[in-house]
Amino acid sequence: MVRTGRASARNGRRAGRGPRTLAPYLYIAPAAVVLLVVFGYPLVRLLTDSIASPGILGQVDYGFQNFTAVLGDPELHRAFLNNLRLFIAVPVMTAIAVLLAALLHEQVGGWRFYRSIVFVPYVLAIPVVGIIFSYILQRHGLLNEFLANVGLGGLAQDWLGDRHLAIWSVWAVIVWQQVGFGVVLFLARLSSLDPALLEAAMLDRAGWWARFRHVVIPHLAPVIEFFVTLSLINMLSWVFNYVYVITNGGPVHSTYVTELVIYQHAFQDGLPNLAAAVSVLLLIFATILLSVQSIVRRRVEAMES
Amino acid sequence: MTHGLSRAARQVPLVLIALVILVPLYFMVVNSFKTNDAFVASPLGLPTHFSFRAYREALAGRNVGVLFLNSAVIAVVSVTVATAFGALAAFALAKLRFRGRDLAFRLMLPLMVIPPIALLVPQFKLMSAAGLVNHRASVILIYVGLMLPFTVYLLRNFFISFPDELLAAASLDGCSTFGAFRRVVLPVSMPALLTAAIVNFVFAWNELLIALVFLQSEGSRTLVVGLTVFRSRFSLDVPVLMAGLTVATLPVLLIYLFGQRFLVRGLLAGSTK
Repeated sequence: MVRTGRASARNGRRAGRGPRTLAPYLYIAPAAVVLLVVFGYPLVRLLTDSIASPGILGQVDYGFQNFTAVLGDPELHRAFLNNLRLFIAVPVMTAIAVLLAALLHEQVGGWRFYRSIVFVPYVLAIPVVGIIFSYILQRHGLLNEFLANVGLGGLAQDWLGDRHLAIWSVWAVIVWQQVGFGVVLFLARLSSLDPALLEAAMLDRAGWWARFRHVVIPHLAPVIEFFVTLSLINMLSWVFNYVYVITNGGPVHSTYVTELVIYQHAFQDGLPNLAAAVSVLLLIFATILLSVQSIVRRRVEAMES
Repeated sequence: MTHGLSRAARQVPLVLIALVILVPLYFMVVNSFKTNDAFVASPLGLPTHFSFRAYREALAGRNVGVLFLNSAVIAVVSVTVATAFGALAAFALAKLRFRGRDLAFRLMLPLMVIPPIALLVPQFKLMSAAGLVNHRASVILIYVGLMLPFTVYLLRNFFISFPDELLAAASLDGCSTFGAFRRVVLPVSMPALLTAAIVNFVFAWNELLIALVFLQSEGSRTLVVGLTVFRSRFSLDVPVLMAGLTVATLPVLLIYLFGQRFLVRGLLAGSTK
């Protein structure tokens, strides 16, 4: 018998017990087993590893010494600061994506073409993007050659070799690849915008900017929130691939990000317990980020109602 | 009216953006058809004659065929398993009642934000204890795990709008719960299933970190890892590297073009719920 949510709600609580309730667990069992192997056990192991310090004589000390060690590590400070710099890409990406989506929504000539093009970078592998851009951004690369040709040779830089510039070059590549996801998301949301609203605004002689601010932005608000949250998490937890392929942390560690510190500790320095401590710190920060977002959302919802 | 003028003004930013997006891709594709001398002479010019030498070399040396096959097997198997397991779980979370259901669903979002690198060391210990390092199975298992939270989230939000009355009707016709899921729910959920499959395929095909750590023997590497690891060997022959990148990009590009319309709608449904 098919037991739908509504049917069992009618049957009351008693139906929720007994042998018949075993069936739903069979549906979630395969997924649950995989999640336990991939997330469950590793998470527990991560926590115990982060507080354990194996001694020279084979004994294991437990305590917070790994955390004090990594928290005092200037390398981690620098790496985390780079994650914060990448956060700045989020408002920039969002602004570009919203503007582009608003333009495309007006169905300017060729909008279908632009819409397809703008999403293409997002489906490319990060290593592919990284390798292409390393040829564009190197000292004798395409970008500097272009600048020289248009008479702006003075602006030419060693985009990936300069300690102060390199992280911003990585920043630009990330924006290049991820902005399209925002555009497509916002454009899809705008397709549910009532055209009468825009027409009414036009009759009121509202200019483009006024329509954008008072009609388009409010309609996009929930999807903007989703995109901003997702992008912030990305800048914290999913930028390893960019840095690894474009600069591998160089020059002189100037483009290290938190993930690269974990990778370095775990797979190059043979310090898995320090890697575990940094991982736990990263998890804590991601959790804080998520809870701030949900608090803000509740505030906004409370203000609206 | 200022209509014509403003129309032109709107094209300017769009053309600029299109150029910024297309020039790097043009760089990749156009140079894959050049000889190395032609590349050095003019990295942006069109080739004077199209040469397939770079493709022949990229596909002959370095066993690109093996790398391609590894990527394909890993992506296809992990996407199939994740979609099947994810659909089963999502159906239970949307339409069946059981203890812990809401908690189980609420766990999916936090699982999506866990940085994959954080769990890599414990996962590695687990896989080496199971003797799976350097086997595609290790990467497939971890990919399925990483795909599941998103897949379950998306499909559950889709299944939940399926009318209960239809399920009840199926049961009156003598359908078992599983029969109703397989013969009634799944067929009408194709757009959502395709969206999940496309997003997951692009993820699996493009993933670097996990494949890099778990597949260290040359015979088990994926295409993306192979390109990253061997790029320095190609530094004197850029066209061969660009041919490799183009080959690695084609499958995801085709899948994107084929699934574009599902993708947009499906992602939007999953994001605003």
